[in-house]
Amino acid sequence: MDEGKPVIAVTHVNRAFGDKTVLKDITLQVNQAETFGILGPSGSGKTTLVKLLTGIDEVTSGEVTVLGVRMPKLAMLQQIGYMAQSDALYTELSAKENLEFFAALYGLKGGNRTRRIGDVMELVNLQEHLRKRVDQYSGGMKRRLSLAIALLHEPPLLLLDEPTVGIDPVLRQSIWKELKALNRKGTTIVLTTHVMDEAEKCDRLAMIRDGVLLAADTPAGLLQATGTASIEEAFLCYGGVRR
Amino acid sequence: MRIRAITLRILQQFIHDRRTMALMFIAPLLVLSLMSLVFGSDAYEPRIGVSGGAAVFSSALEAEQAEVTSYADEASGQAALKAGAIDALLTMKGDAPAIVLEGSNPAANRTVIMALQEAAQSLRPQAPGGGQLQPQISYLYGAEDMKTIDRFGPIMIGVFVFFFVFLIAGVSFLRERTTGTLERLLSTPLKRWEIVTGYVCGFGIFTVFQALLISWFSIQVLGIMMTGSFGYVLLMTLLLSMSALTLGTLLSAFAANELQMIQFIPLVIVPQIFLSGLFPLDTLPLWLQRIGLVTPMYYGSEALMDIMVRGRGWSDIAGDVFMLIGFSLLFMLLNVLALRKHRRM
Repeated sequence: MDEGKPVIAVTHVNRAFGDKTVLKDITLQVNQAETFGILGPSGSGKTTLVKLLTGIDEVTSGEVTVLGVRMPKLAMLQQIGYMAQSDALYTELSAKENLEFFAALYGLKGGNRTRRIGDVMELVNLQEHLRKRVDQYSGGMKRRLSLAIALLHEPPLLLLDEPTVGIDPVLRQSIWKELKALNRKGTTIVLTTHVMDEAEKCDRLAMIRDGVLLAADTPAGLLQATGTASIEEAFLCYGGVRR
Repeated sequence: MRIRAITLRILQQFIHDRRTMALMFIAPLLVLSLMSLVFGSDAYEPRIGVSGGAAVFSSALEAEQAEVTSYADEASGQAALKAGAIDALLTMKGDAPAIVLEGSNPAANRTVIMALQEAAQSLRPQAPGGGQLQPQISYLYGAEDMKTIDRFGPIMIGVFVFFFVFLIAGVSFLRERTTGTLERLLSTPLKRWEIVTGYVCGFGIFTVFQALLISWFSIQVLGIMMTGSFGYVLLMTLLLSMSALTLGTLLSAFAANELQMIQFIPLVIVPQIFLSGLFPLDTLPLWLQRIGLVTPMYYGSEALMDIMVRGRGWSDIAGDVFMLIGFSLLFMLLNVLALRKHRRM
């Protein structure tokens, strides 16, 4: 159905913690250079799914491949930019020291490192706060710095867990613009959200509830299939009263 | 490269967090100073009561810096002893002197006996049948004096180094987990052993300075007894810090927050202090002595005591050195395994 091979292929994946099954028989594919949204309420298994894609976590059964490589695989982490739900910054360090630290972990050196740090900070509009300590940052600024770190090593695949939480609408707009620009450069983006209007901006969308994949299609396709006018209604339609 | 990045980051965090740095460097000095003031204060001046024929000792005892009080009869002297007005009561039992020590304060006991021996020594030429002056010693409370005070200094150096490094390293590794930065580290191509090694190097640099400062301060400023080589003291302090650092980071895996890390103090630190040789171990049940053998602080204290008090060299501490290195390597290995909980690869 798609041209070329998918960047991510999730095949019959189950993930259980003890006897609690968090993900049930998930199968989906993400294509190159698209923005793929995972929509679902909190506790639905979004974060678990993203962690399986990074390889930090492992499937109980089934298979996850990223760029054709079966996960988890340490070397693949160099190809992935991951932004966790928590900001995960060293608050007692300056933004610059945080960026330099993560740049070094990804093997960025010298002039290239300096250039990339400048680039990503400009992208998230924090360039004049580079030398400020992170504990003086606001919530939104921390979120943006966290995003900047995920972009540092120019990964072909970005996995963003709730990237726009706590970011004001104007900046959210500009971040979406940048994400779309990254798409055009060939970067594949997978993000989770529970904000419905944000979901509409994704090229394709997976709806998850209680660890079950309800549907995966383009936003327009989802609306058409359910005969609803908004993503929110479509979600309710899939999750709630089945027809 | 990556290890260097972690090392550098830890150094930067330290430089920004002056309070933690102060805790690591200044707090041990402060506590050691306090200990030295409390336990190693100037020569104690014993208060000795004399009654009856023992009055002949008065001037000789006073010459030994003792504060001498005369009592008309033994009963009033005993009453004063019980009331705590004097540390000891000297009487004559027939021809021989007899002394009753109050006994609850080991430092006082020792000075009393010392003063009495000196006094007896100086009186000897005048007294007939010299040996007779050797007093009979008995205790009102307490028992034989222990040599704890002599052993205090070296063990305390070990205890405080271990305690502070354990806590600081443990909490900072824990915070990697609670703030989510550990997960972020694990989302990079960083290997698990690189994280553990990076921590050891970053903290290691600080512990070198800490060991240097604490050893120098204890010996030069506080004047804790030191008969051996300074280099060995430094080595042992450093190795003890390393074992504390690796144990702290390992145990932080089993704590959900800072408070739970503090809860390891009574579980992990205090028992080690009790079993480190601070108190005589011979009287303890055998199983408890055996537990002491699997704690790093036991080996650290033993070696520090050998070096500082007994003036011993490499051949006597080599075993302890290897034990501490072994502990550190074991804790590091276990930590690499414990991190599997967060990322299997």
